[in-house]
Amino acid sequence: MSNPQIEIQIIAAIVAMACAIPGVFLVLRKMALISDAISHAILPGIVIGFFVTQDLNSPLLILLAALTGVITVFLVEFIQKTGLVKEDTAIGLVFPVLFSIGVILISKNANDVHLDVDAVLLGELAFAPFDRLMVSGADWGPKSLWIMGGILLITISLMVLFFKELKVSTFDAGLSSALGISPVVMHYGLMSVSSITVVGAFDAVGAILVVALMIAPAATAYLLTEDLKKMIGLSLLFGVVSAISGYWVAHFLDASISGSIATTLGVIFLFVYLFAPKKGLIAVLYRQKQQRIEVSLITFLLHLNRHEEESERHINHLQEHINWHVVRARTVLDLAEKNNLVEIKNDIVFLTHKGLTFTEKSLEYIISNKDEKIEPMKEDFFLFRG
Amino acid sequence: MDQKIAVQIDDLTVAYNYKPVLWDIDLSVPEGVLMAIVGPNGAGKSTLIKAILGIIKPIAGSVSIYGKPYSKQRKLVAYVPQKGSVDWDFPTTALDVVMMGTYGSLGWIKRPGQKEKKTALESMEKVGMLAFKNRQISQLSGGQQQRVFLARALAQDASIYFMDEPFQGVDATTEIAIINILKELRKAGKTVVVVHHDLQTVPEYFDWVTFLNVKKIATGPVKEIFNDDNLTKTYGINYKVAVNK
Repeated sequence: MSNPQIEIQIIAAIVAMACAIPGVFLVLRKMALISDAISHAILPGIVIGFFVTQDLNSPLLILLAALTGVITVFLVEFIQKTGLVKEDTAIGLVFPVLFSIGVILISKNANDVHLDVDAVLLGELAFAPFDRLMVSGADWGPKSLWIMGGILLITISLMVLFFKELKVSTFDAGLSSALGISPVVMHYGLMSVSSITVVGAFDAVGAILVVALMIAPAATAYLLTEDLKKMIGLSLLFGVVSAISGYWVAHFLDASISGSIATTLGVIFLFVYLFAPKKGLIAVLYRQKQQRIEVSLITFLLHLNRHEEESERHINHLQEHINWHVVRARTVLDLAEKNNLVEIKNDIVFLTHKGLTFTEKSLEYIISNKDEKIEPMKEDFFLFRG
Repeated sequence: MDQKIAVQIDDLTVAYNYKPVLWDIDLSVPEGVLMAIVGPNGAGKSTLIKAILGIIKPIAGSVSIYGKPYSKQRKLVAYVPQKGSVDWDFPTTALDVVMMGTYGSLGWIKRPGQKEKKTALESMEKVGMLAFKNRQISQLSGGQQQRVFLARALAQDASIYFMDEPFQGVDATTEIAIINILKELRKAGKTVVVVHHDLQTVPEYFDWVTFLNVKKIATGPVKEIFNDDNLTKTYGINYKVAVNK
């Protein structure tokens, strides 16, 4: 690997980490869309900042542009508070206006400004190593490495210092406010950090793909854990893994690096979405199917328990009586027989002793709807509920 | 009345978009009472509690807790919000939620330690939730979630407790457990203010009641003012309730 290659990967990994942290809280606050708004609305801030500083990596530009991000959030809330439009509408109204101001500013000054909309939206990580920080003639490495490294450091410090405040204001804004931990302060703090991160990262990965780096790792982690700290850890991991593997995908496909990183994020999310052990789609469908069979089984056994007459218990008429499809009736009957809950004599189904006990306990569970009742059943029988 | 006043509300008006939801409320809550706030939907019951706690800014009027503004008396006050006001899919455990009750006394930046954990565990034991301390909050039943909220308020170790519909969506067992804790709080000299929906249980559970419907209709001891007249004034229809006198 050449030096620029290593530098690009390090920058990508740092950008991913800096985005993942605010991303977790945006996802938990159901504010994923606001990151999209911020990423577009900072354009006029970047353009004006660029007029002033003539340097895309200037800290002043970053602050000016980040301010536009915070103004976006403020405007969205202001419009929403009038009660005339809903939040998503307010977001949809605000950021295109700000974005288009940026586009007009760029097109009006296109001749003297080395800045175009494509560069802002898509970024180009491959160029990042060329813009170097020179201090008294010495090469200190790529500028964006320093900028994103600084932003990451600030983000981590703020998160560690205000972890408890972030947690309580995200989970329960009412209590947070009553405790004196102002949710408004925490909200705007998070928005400021998000805005600064987006601005710092747009140069490398582009304003649009920043959204993927913020939201996808957090959304993926959310499916895998029910612990906030682990969720943050996993988000960081997914971000870094996507950044580095995305770089190599781009390398071998000879494609856009940021595009490949975002695609990798999407692929990882899809994989977890399907295969996550508890919240994954397959696990959920499997659990639903198990529960459906379980309920059918209990229904069937209750039917046997209630009806003494043989006509109601004849194996060939079962589906008519319970009004089930033949296949379903067959599955349930087989399951009951396999577990010795019923026995079949001369085509008539009988509850076994075990089946009787099971039915009685099920009844208790159904009537009381208490989880305690089903706990011992899990051990004695085969119930899948967990 | 020679009782100390725990909460004093004067001329409180709260509006959403310039539409008043609470109008010129004057209310004194004596120390040591177990008070129900009753009124129809949209009467401003939750809003009243939120305005007392500074969560909503009133457009007029003042609130004092033992003679001082709420912002100076936060540590004397505990709050149980409506269960539905938070996202129970939030990635955390029951114990962690109860620990949040200690955040107020900790102040900014400081982290909860062993002392706070002990307080939280004791509170969980009081509501019978100790066995569920490591349970994910999404895995708790509605009644258990309500108990976790109650434990969190107990962990705040306050003098005045504000509870927004603590009996909503809980089964009979949990309801009895909660009311027993409320009565214990009163026995310990605490003041408890509860937004309550079930008029039938008011005389049994509470000794003080406030009727609210945008304006304050009446406030006082249940024995004296919980009658058809006030119910009719509050709910607008002839509301017959069996009052156990």
